[in-house]
Amino acid sequence: MSFKEKIAKRAAAEIHEGQIINLGIGIPTLIPKYLAGKKKVIVHSENGILGMGNPCKRGQADRNLIDAGGTYVTIEPGASFFDSALSFSLIRGGRLDLSIIGALQVSATGDMANWIIPGKYAPGIGGGMELAQKSRQLIITTTHTTRDGKPKILERCDLPLTAKGCVNTIITELAVMEVVNDGLLLRELAEETDIDTVLSLTAAEIRIPQGNIPRF
Amino acid sequence: MIDKICLLKSVHQHFKDGMTVMVGGFGVPGTPFTLIDALIEAEVSDLTLIKNEANEDHMGLSKLIEAGRASKLITSHLGLNTTVIDMMNRKELEVEFFPQGILAEKIRAGGAGLLGILTDIGIDTILVKNKEMTTINGQKAVIESALRADLALIHSAAADPFGNLVYEKSARNFNPIMATAANIVIVETERLAEHGKLEPDSIHTPGGFIDHVVVLEQLSDEYGILEHHVV
Repeated sequence: MSFKEKIAKRAAAEIHEGQIINLGIGIPTLIPKYLAGKKKVIVHSENGILGMGNPCKRGQADRNLIDAGGTYVTIEPGASFFDSALSFSLIRGGRLDLSIIGALQVSATGDMANWIIPGKYAPGIGGGMELAQKSRQLIITTTHTTRDGKPKILERCDLPLTAKGCVNTIITELAVMEVVNDGLLLRELAEETDIDTVLSLTAAEIRIPQGNIPRF
Repeated sequence: MIDKICLLKSVHQHFKDGMTVMVGGFGVPGTPFTLIDALIEAEVSDLTLIKNEANEDHMGLSKLIEAGRASKLITSHLGLNTTVIDMMNRKELEVEFFPQGILAEKIRAGGAGLLGILTDIGIDTILVKNKEMTTINGQKAVIESALRADLALIHSAAADPFGNLVYEKSARNFNPIMATAANIVIVETERLAEHGKLEPDSIHTPGGFIDHVVVLEQLSDEYGILEHHVV
């Protein structure tokens, strides 16, 4: 199983039956297959769908039915369509139980940056800021470090923030961490790693609870 | 019975240099490709365009921008269009970004005859740098002005001659709110319904917002499936 699949599978375990959820691009799009047949959730898409289903099979695409990333999708029984203002009323009005999105950096206090690298990458914020700031719960799925091995989990983000103090949980290929009042708390460790490795690849303090740390 | 049906060629009279144009659509669904093509043919310039994104490279709104007709784009995300991002980086096009739902709400406010909205979105970020702020109920808020346009270009699945509109699936997106927020609103429709034949309870945009209805004779390839988005 690849890093990304492992993160997606672990993130799927955080989702509860009956929740209204929004899944960002990248790793979160891998999550639904780990829910299949086990938990019923209602998936929201920013472009105006509540009750979105899986991507559709080749040859069955409907030109009027895409997700926010452009992929042709299906809908589940009980789905609804609506305009963009109403779609974001669901988000800002606090009706989304959970959003799972990727990040460039996360801080020990739950700040998150994922929309701009000054001078390099600035395609606009899209719906990300509202999802990060207003979802009842925000889970970040990300590799633990950047491609060149630099920590993505930091004392403070140095990239421009998407939202301050918005993150509840961080899931990487190495660990599951909770953002609590006084910083990060290690909740689970990947089978393939150990505490020292996680600490050495994290540029923030992580509190290690007493006793056995569950593995994933 | 009021009949707003007009020929495609007659919409050209509404296109002027320097005007602000709202364009419906989120990706392909709901984008009025035929009306955009008419705007390209009209050779007007210095346009300010308002759309969720700029479509993908060499499609729809992107063609209009690539032809150099726009001086400014007000949008939320250009992640699927490297051509327009490059034009922005080369300063050939001024781009103003808003969070997607705030863009929608600014347009909704404009359509509702309001002057602006107050929001806490982006409050701790660089997004609110240089923005006017206020305090309401003890809470810090950004003042975002309402958005209106000279012209809105809308795509619907069905319309009647009065301009009552029905959208289909995820093609609704920004169309109903933009249809309320411009001085002249032109809709292109895939299907024309007879007067009185659309179910009143099922109409998404009441005809009172619409000025002109163009009935599409056929849908060009641009309305079709983008193979690279089929997984």
